[in-house]
Amino acid sequence: MRMRSVALAAALLMIMSVLAGCSSDDSGSSETTAAPTETTAASGGETKTITVGFTTSQTGKYNESSTRQVDGFTLWMDQVNAAGGIKLDDGTTYMIESKTYDDESSSDRVQELYTDLATKDNADFLISPYSSGLTAAAAVVSEQYGKVMITTGAASDATYQQGFTKVYQIYTPASRYLTSSIDLLASLDANAKKLAFVYENSKFSTGVVEAAKTYAEENGYDIVMFEGYDPETTDFNPFINKIEAASPDAVLGGGHFQDGSTLAKQLYEKNVPVKFISLLVAPPEPAFAELGDAAMEVAGPSQWEPLVQYTEDAANALGMDWFGTTGDEFTTTYTEAFGDAPSYHSAGGYAAGLVLQHAIESAQSIDPDAVATALDATNVVTFFGPLKFDTTAESHGLQVGHDMVVIQWQPGSDEPLAKQIVWPEAGQTAAPMYPRG
Amino acid sequence: MDTLAASLLDGLLIGLLYGVAAMGLTLIFGVMDVINLAHGAIMALGMFGVYLLFSEMGMNPYVALIAVLILGLLFGVIMYFVAVDRVIDESPLASLLSTFSVNMIIIGIGTAIWTTSTYNVEYSLGTVETGPFTVTGARLMAAFLAVVITALLYLFLNKTRPGKYIRAVSDNRGAADLMGIPSHRILALAFGIGTAIAAVAGGMIATIFPITILGGSTYELKSFVIVVLGGLGNPLGALIGGLILGAIEGIVPVFMKTTWVPVIEFGLFVGILLFRPTGLMGTKK
Repeated sequence: MRMRSVALAAALLMIMSVLAGCSSDDSGSSETTAAPTETTAASGGETKTITVGFTTSQTGKYNESSTRQVDGFTLWMDQVNAAGGIKLDDGTTYMIESKTYDDESSSDRVQELYTDLATKDNADFLISPYSSGLTAAAAVVSEQYGKVMITTGAASDATYQQGFTKVYQIYTPASRYLTSSIDLLASLDANAKKLAFVYENSKFSTGVVEAAKTYAEENGYDIVMFEGYDPETTDFNPFINKIEAASPDAVLGGGHFQDGSTLAKQLYEKNVPVKFISLLVAPPEPAFAELGDAAMEVAGPSQWEPLVQYTEDAANALGMDWFGTTGDEFTTTYTEAFGDAPSYHSAGGYAAGLVLQHAIESAQSIDPDAVATALDATNVVTFFGPLKFDTTAESHGLQVGHDMVVIQWQPGSDEPLAKQIVWPEAGQTAAPMYPRG
Repeated sequence: MDTLAASLLDGLLIGLLYGVAAMGLTLIFGVMDVINLAHGAIMALGMFGVYLLFSEMGMNPYVALIAVLILGLLFGVIMYFVAVDRVIDESPLASLLSTFSVNMIIIGIGTAIWTTSTYNVEYSLGTVETGPFTVTGARLMAAFLAVVITALLYLFLNKTRPGKYIRAVSDNRGAADLMGIPSHRILALAFGIGTAIAAVAGGMIATIFPITILGGSTYELKSFVIVVLGGLGNPLGALIGGLILGAIEGIVPVFMKTTWVPVIEFGLFVGILLFRPTGLMGTKK
């Protein structure tokens, strides 16, 4: 009887912990940031409102990166509205209004909320949530309702190989995330051939490391460890002990901000003697520096950095169009608005708005089909870098124009830690520190 | 071999912490046959107690554990009278639902205040290196405190008058009442102590790992496995159960993927329930 009670209670707990991840509670807060909505005859044309819908991970493990992504998007929206909206040649002006809900970092919530955004809120355009997993769920809904969705913070290649026709990716795809770190290692040490991959069991991270593993093997590397961890992992010691036993030259992997930060911290606490560490997502975030010494010499791929400068002149020299603000302007206005330097997630959010604006202006319409056609033809340089989408049936919407950089935390002149660009060589702001320690 | 030794040591150290986490659950069950489903939520409160005292008031996290212990005791006594006392003689389902309600209230309020985001207690006790072993000071301290807490609980239950009252009420509440022991107050004390230990276990976890308001649930599930391993109502059994679980977490990853650990842990849980339902250490009759 007593044991039966315990078994019953344990079963109840397990069910609850599963349900906690897929709560259908509809009390999630929603916010609408309203643009001036009155339809007025101004300078010969109408002023209308476009609603852009997306979810924010106000709670849960994606909170840090998602908040920055949404901050970036909000900055773009505020700037467009302050400048009088998006103006078309027929005199119509579109002000931007956003509609958002808390997705609790849960893909079940995302499906429900994007359905609401598409149906109840009648969003004209959608921006993806943060993370590949959540975006995969949102993209199905978006496509089902024929909406154009610009995805940012969502690098997994798989989402763009499902035959979707109106989903467009801002980020460099996951398959190219860690290959640059391997190139960097090759340039630093031809004898460092043993790699350990320790990665989060998530759609994004698995996609990244599988592509990186294939690339590494093609380039003669020996993969001495290849193991995934549960996304909720807080104790990495079992993995770290195995890393030590495998004695690799470099550790590559991670997943998202929380687990990547904890992994970096525990690698440092255990004094793991590896020459090079490159982790996904966490290192480029300014908050990573809060790890102090544990952040030192940790590298990671970044979609964008304030120090990376794409300019109108450089775009013109390549024969490409330039669109939008400069990197310096973005960094300054973002820092003024949010009191913190932008990360690549912030830049991705802003760039998503910018690409949407560019497409609407090119299409001279907000009709989804016309905007999608304009997005297919997009080949433009922004502060975020060149942006161009795959238009083949196999991987429609996949980003093919953008490239990543590799950053590394190094001793700073004013602060204990400074983020430096160490790859590609042409864009270096400091030489890579190698080997670690 | 070095890897196995290092991994086993890590596992055993964390196992002691698991043992303390389970101790509060097993004590409450042993004394009053109540399965406290707010156990994980109370651990989460302990985590945030240490986090707030450290980050907002600058208190040393190990001193904060004492404050968490006292607050946990008070919280437990209040929770007993509000949610447990009136259902204690009802069917087990009544107390399961009642403590589960408290769990939902704590998680709900905690999520509203702190969201489900992760927080860190940025306090380091350095790292100790000897031979193949590299262990952080925080893990050593947590393991040491786990042993101290177990010893203190043992002494309290066996050497002090209130402790003996708790055992008397646990053995036979009716007889204890007839002997003039105020059984409801003693039950409240036992519930308070169980809650305080859970909160302190949460606080110790916060000194090692990142925390969230939902973070107690992982340890609550482990606590159930430990309680069954060690025998229901047996605090020392909980510590040993914790060590067994820790050893599994240390040894298994050396030989197979770490994702197999929970499969083996819960397989063991079901196995014990089926073949040795009194637990490895025996249980209160």
